[in-house]
Amino acid sequence: MTLLDVHGLTMKFGSLVANREVSFSVDEGQIVGLIGPNGSGKTTLFNCVSGLYKPIAGRVVFNGKDITSKPVHEIAQLGLTRTFQIVKPLSDMTVLENVMVGAYLRYPDREAAREEALKCVKLCYLEEFRDRLAGDMTIGNKKRLEVARILATNPKMILLDESVAGLTSTEAKEMVALIVKLREEGRTILMVEHIMEAIMPISDKIVVLSSGSKIAEGRPEEIASDERVISAYLGEKYAKRFAHSGGGVGHE
Amino acid sequence: MNDKNGSFMKSKRRLIDNILWIGLIAVLAALIFIPGAIGKSTHTHVLVLVLLYASMAQSWNILGGYCGQISFGHSVFFGLGAYGAGMAMVTYGSMPWLGILAGAIIAAVTSVLLGWPCFKLRGHYFAIATFAIVEIFGRVFLIWDWIGGALGLDYPIIKDSWSYFLWSSNKTGYYTGALVLFVFIFGVVRYIESRKLGYYMRAVKEGQETAESLGVNSTKVKLTAMALSAFLAALCGAFFAQYNYRVDPPMVMSLDMSMKFVLITILGGMGTFWGPFLGAAVLIPLQEYTRTSLAFLGPGVDQMVYGLLIIFMMVRQPKGIMGFLAEFGILGRNEKKEATGDDAS
Amino acid sequence: MDFFVQVLIDGLMNGAIYGLVAAGLSLIWGVMDVINFAHGEFLMVAMYTCYWIGMLVGLDPLFSWVLTGAFLFFLSAGSYKFIVRRSIGKAAMAPLLATFGLSIFLKNFCLNRFTPNFRLLSGTSLEGKVTHIFGAIVSQPKLVTAIFSLVMLCVLHYMIKKTRIGRAIQATAMDREAAELMGVDTERIFTLVFGIGGMCVGIAGGFMTSYLAVFPEVGALFSLIAFVVVALGGFGSIPGALCAALLIGLVESFAGFYIAPVMKYVAVFALYLAVVLVRPKGLFGW
Repeated sequence: MTLLDVHGLTMKFGSLVANREVSFSVDEGQIVGLIGPNGSGKTTLFNCVSGLYKPIAGRVVFNGKDITSKPVHEIAQLGLTRTFQIVKPLSDMTVLENVMVGAYLRYPDREAAREEALKCVKLCYLEEFRDRLAGDMTIGNKKRLEVARILATNPKMILLDESVAGLTSTEAKEMVALIVKLREEGRTILMVEHIMEAIMPISDKIVVLSSGSKIAEGRPEEIASDERVISAYLGEKYAKRFAHSGGGVGHE
Repeated sequence: MNDKNGSFMKSKRRLIDNILWIGLIAVLAALIFIPGAIGKSTHTHVLVLVLLYASMAQSWNILGGYCGQISFGHSVFFGLGAYGAGMAMVTYGSMPWLGILAGAIIAAVTSVLLGWPCFKLRGHYFAIATFAIVEIFGRVFLIWDWIGGALGLDYPIIKDSWSYFLWSSNKTGYYTGALVLFVFIFGVVRYIESRKLGYYMRAVKEGQETAESLGVNSTKVKLTAMALSAFLAALCGAFFAQYNYRVDPPMVMSLDMSMKFVLITILGGMGTFWGPFLGAAVLIPLQEYTRTSLAFLGPGVDQMVYGLLIIFMMVRQPKGIMGFLAEFGILGRNEKKEATGDDAS
Repeated sequence: MDFFVQVLIDGLMNGAIYGLVAAGLSLIWGVMDVINFAHGEFLMVAMYTCYWIGMLVGLDPLFSWVLTGAFLFFLSAGSYKFIVRRSIGKAAMAPLLATFGLSIFLKNFCLNRFTPNFRLLSGTSLEGKVTHIFGAIVSQPKLVTAIFSLVMLCVLHYMIKKTRIGRAIQATAMDREAAELMGVDTERIFTLVFGIGGMCVGIAGGFMTSYLAVFPEVGALFSLIAFVVVALGGFGSIPGALCAALLIGLVESFAGFYIAPVMKYVAVFALYLAVVLVRPKGLFGW
C-alpha cells in the first residue's frame, strides 16, 4: 500500500529551480533512500514534504490525505515527522525532556509521556545521557536524540535527513541497525544519505535526484549499475566496489 | 552508574525545590499569625511589594522566560486589571471582584488579539511593537473619559473590609491578599512547568522549528502562554489598584512599569521558577531602603543604584541570580557541570 | 490653507530632526543588531551639555554643537566599550536591557544634579526670531536645526557610501567574519559606529537646545520615536531613516492638528504597528 505519494513536486527560490516535477512513492514498511549530489535538491524536497516549504506546484499525499502546504505541526500530528540534517537539539533541556516534548503529542498525561519517552531514549541508546543538557552532547548523540525525539511522536513514517553522515564508524553501524529496527517495528522510512555503504544495503528502493530532477528510481542494485546515476553521482569506483561486495555495510 | 546518579540528582533537586516552596509559603503565612510581625510598619509595605512584584514577574516569566517571547507590553494587561477593579469600585460603586475578573478576561482577550499579529515579528521588531502598544494604550486611556481620563479613578472612603478588599488602618489584609496572589501565580507556574504546556513552551523557546516538527502548534502555544500571562498580570494590576486606593494611566500603563516585569524576572533568572521571587526579594528591599538611607544625596539615587544594578547584571551574569547560584552549584539546573564531569568518568 | 502649510512645514521640520536623532540608532542597529535604549538619554545629556556651555561660557548652540557632538562621541563609544560590548551575545536582549539600565542611570543622575525643572537656554542669537514661508510662521532656531539635520544626514550618508572607513562599516554590517578575514578590525568599527551614533544625537541635541527646554525626561519620547523611525526605515539605511522620519513627522503634525494634540503619538505608533504587521521588516527593509 502506498503511504507517501509525491506527485509533480516543483519548488523554486526566485529563478532557481530546486525541485523540478519530482514524483515518487513510498510503500508502507519500506525504507526508501534519496540520494544525489550536493545541491541536487534533496533537503528542499524533504522540506516540502514535511511542510516547512510550500511547493509552487505538485501534490504530496500521505496516508490517503493531501498534505501539500499543510503546516509542519499538522503533518507531524498525522504521523509524518522528520529529523534535521543540521541537528537542532532543544539545547537548554535535558535529553529526556527533549524526547518528552515529542511524547506529549500522543500522551497528554505527564506520567504516560515520561514512560513513552524513556522507552524511546532506551531504544536509541541514550539512557545514560538522559539527564544531560541536549546542547552538551556529542554530534553522534545529538543525531540519536533527533531520532529518539521523533520516535516519541509515534510516527507512521520518518524522514531522516543525513542521520548517518558525520558519525564515527561504530556510531554509524549502530544508527543503521536502529533504522532497520524501526522498520521491523512497522515504520516507513525515507532517508537522505551520502554514505552509500549505509543506505544501499538496507533500502528497498533508491530515488536519485540530480539538479532538482529525478533521474532514476529503482532497487539498489539497479541504481548502482545505472549509467546516468554513475556519471551524475556515484562514480565508477563505487559502482565496482558495490558489485564486488554484494552490498555489505562498512567497507572502511 | 551514570544513569542512577543522574536521576538521583534530578529527583533530589525536585525534592529540595518542593521543600523550599512549601517552607517559603509556611514562613510567609506564619508571619500573619505572629503578633506584631505584620501590621502598619514599613517592613510590611516592603513585604507586600516583594510579593506583588514577584507575582508580576512570574506572570511575565510564563511568556518571556518559559516561552521566550520577550514582551515589553505587560503594563497594558496590568493596567487593564487595575482598571477592572477601579471601574467596579468607583464607577459602579460595587465590590471589586467582578471587575477584577472582567479586567483579567479583557486582558487575556486583548493579549491574544495583539499577540496574534505581533508574533509574526522577529527580534527587535517585536520588542518595538510592544513598546508602541504600551504608548497607544497609555495615551488613549489618558483621554478616555468613561474610564476617568487623565485624572484616573480615586477610590471612595470605605470601611476596612475583606468584601471590598480595602484597608486603611492596617496592612495585614493586603499582606494576606498578596500572599494568596503570590501562591496562586507561582502555583500555576509550578503546575504547568512539569506538564505538557510547560514542555511545549520551552520547546518553542529553544527551537520553534524543532517544536513544530514534533507536532507542536507553536502559534497556539505562544497565544496560550500570552493569554495566561496577561490574565495573571491583570490580577496583579487589580491588587495594585486596591493597594494604592486609585488608578490612573501613567501609574499603570507606562514603559517603566513594563520594564519592571522584565527586569525583576531577568535579575532573578528568566525561565526559572525561583527567578521572579529572587529578583523581587533582592530588588524591592534594595530600592526601598536605598531610597530612605541615601535620601541625603538627593532625589533619584535609588534609581541610579537600580540602573547600575541592571548594567552590572547584564554585563556580568544575564542569567540573573539563578545564574550566580548555578555558578556555585546551589539550586536550579546546573546539568552543564555534571555533564562535563560525567565525560571525564 | 494657511494652517495646512503651517502643519506641513512643522511636520517636515520635526521629521528632519527626528531623522538625525534616529540616524545614529539606525547605524548601530544595522551594523551590530543592537538597540541602544539609552539613545534618548544621550540626547538629553547633549542638551544639558549645550545648555551649561551656554550658561557658563556663553557659547551659542550654533557653535557649541561641535563640542556636544565630540563629547557624545566619547560618551557613546565609552558605553560601548564598557557596557554594550560585555553584554553582547550573553542572552537575548541583554544589550538592550543593559542600555536601559544606563538610561535609568543617566536620567536620574541628571535629575539628581540638575533638578527635574525645565531649563530653556535664553539669550541665544536666534531666540524668538521667525521666518515667513508661504504664509506659515516658522521658528528660525528650529528651521536651522532641521536644515542642519538634513546636511548632517547627507554627510553621514556620503561617509558611509564613499569613504574607506564607511566601506569597512558596511562590510562589518554585512558579514562580520568575512570583514575580519579581509583585515577589518571589527571591534574598532563597532566602537566607531557607537561613537558616530552618539555624535549624531549629540549634534542634534546641541542644536535643539536653542528652542527646546531641557529636563531629565526629555529623551524618553525621542527615543521611542527614534525606534519607530528606525524600524520603519529599515535598519542601517540612512535614506530609509530620513524618509521614515519625515513620514513620522508629518503624521504626528497632521494628527495633532486635525484630530487632537494628544492623538499625535497614538497616530505615530499606530502607523508603526499597521506598517510592520503588513511588512514585518519595515517600509524600506528587506
